[in-house]
Amino acid sequence: METEARILKVLQSIKGTTLNPGADESLFESGLLDSFALTDFVSGLEGEFGITIPDSDLSARKFDTIRKVAAYVTAKAS
Amino acid sequence: MAFLRAFGSYLPPRRVTNEELAPLVGADPAWILQVSGIQERRYAANDDTVASLGVLAAQDCLKKAGASAQELGMILVASGSSERFCPGPAVEVAAGLGLTATPALDIPVASCGSLIGLSLAAQLAAKVGPVLVVGAEIMSRRVDRTPEGKDTAILFGDGAGACLVDPHSGFARIADWTLSTDGTAAGILKIERERIVMDGKSVILQAYRKMPRAISELLGRNSVTSADVGVYLLHQANLNLIERVATGLKVPFDRFFVNIAHHGNTSSASMLIAANEWRAAHPKPVSAPIVFSAFGAGIQWGALLAVGA
Repeated sequence: METEARILKVLQSIKGTTLNPGADESLFESGLLDSFALTDFVSGLEGEFGITIPDSDLSARKFDTIRKVAAYVTAKAS
Repeated sequence: MAFLRAFGSYLPPRRVTNEELAPLVGADPAWILQVSGIQERRYAANDDTVASLGVLAAQDCLKKAGASAQELGMILVASGSSERFCPGPAVEVAAGLGLTATPALDIPVASCGSLIGLSLAAQLAAKVGPVLVVGAEIMSRRVDRTPEGKDTAILFGDGAGACLVDPHSGFARIADWTLSTDGTAAGILKIERERIVMDGKSVILQAYRKMPRAISELLGRNSVTSADVGVYLLHQANLNLIERVATGLKVPFDRFFVNIAHHGNTSSASMLIAANEWRAAHPKPVSAPIVFSAFGAGIQWGALLAVGA
């Protein structure tokens, strides 16, 4: 499964519904992620991709769009 | 050794409900409750100061302790919203208590300030005698009650809390504490040009990891499990955050004392106000450990463990 599809899977498991945001659509401004759903999203990404996101990377702007998240998890996984 | 001898608090009488605030910030009252757990908060009167609120909390604490101000060896006052940087409110709190020689020091730290104060007092009490820790805030003057300031205006309120830390006796002994600072994330929460500036999502991301971790590390090195703890007294930042901390620790939420619905987030004052209300409701001798924890601007965070005396 492609990285972006796996990210969408995490997002959909948190929201409990089928979602299809654009790669550059703000997950915050679109209302898909609020502050507390974001914590679940970050934990879900760690589980899905087998990565540990350090505190120094816990900045909301890193997780604002599917494209940013994909770039981040790809870099962490490598 | 150092002991928790008594708590005290003061809340200004003016209540600002979500229904009153919501039209100013362009929000729905139910949304404010949903995202924060807050129904109302208190606002100081125009002639109140951070120090005047602090004095009233200090007097309440001393009265509950059966102590006089003249017994104090030191006063520590935490505040992120003081009207004047130097000298800060500590000297005015001391003066308000009638003291003219007792050292009174400021801790210019917002939400984590009273936890820092308790931790320092635990070390200092043996040297200087009883230490009065005060957290006092008028955050209503640091928010922007417009749609642009919605994210902070809905959260913050005013109030003061106090705790007397005694080197000889009290209802619980301070067993251990941990404090941490990460200035690389200072930009996510700050008071700048007299206004709170907050990247709320990043604050929550940081806090929901750091608070449970600090508590777990503190408990672990003291051979206490999270289930052993009788009550968790946290900085009342946001109800949803406190729930996340409980989940992170795998502790039932009813172990957490929560009063944010009626006081809002009073920053450095909130943990001591919560402690005072918890103690008033549970005046019997303490049998199970007590955990304090806070997180806030700096970023600063930590936890403190107290056990039955």
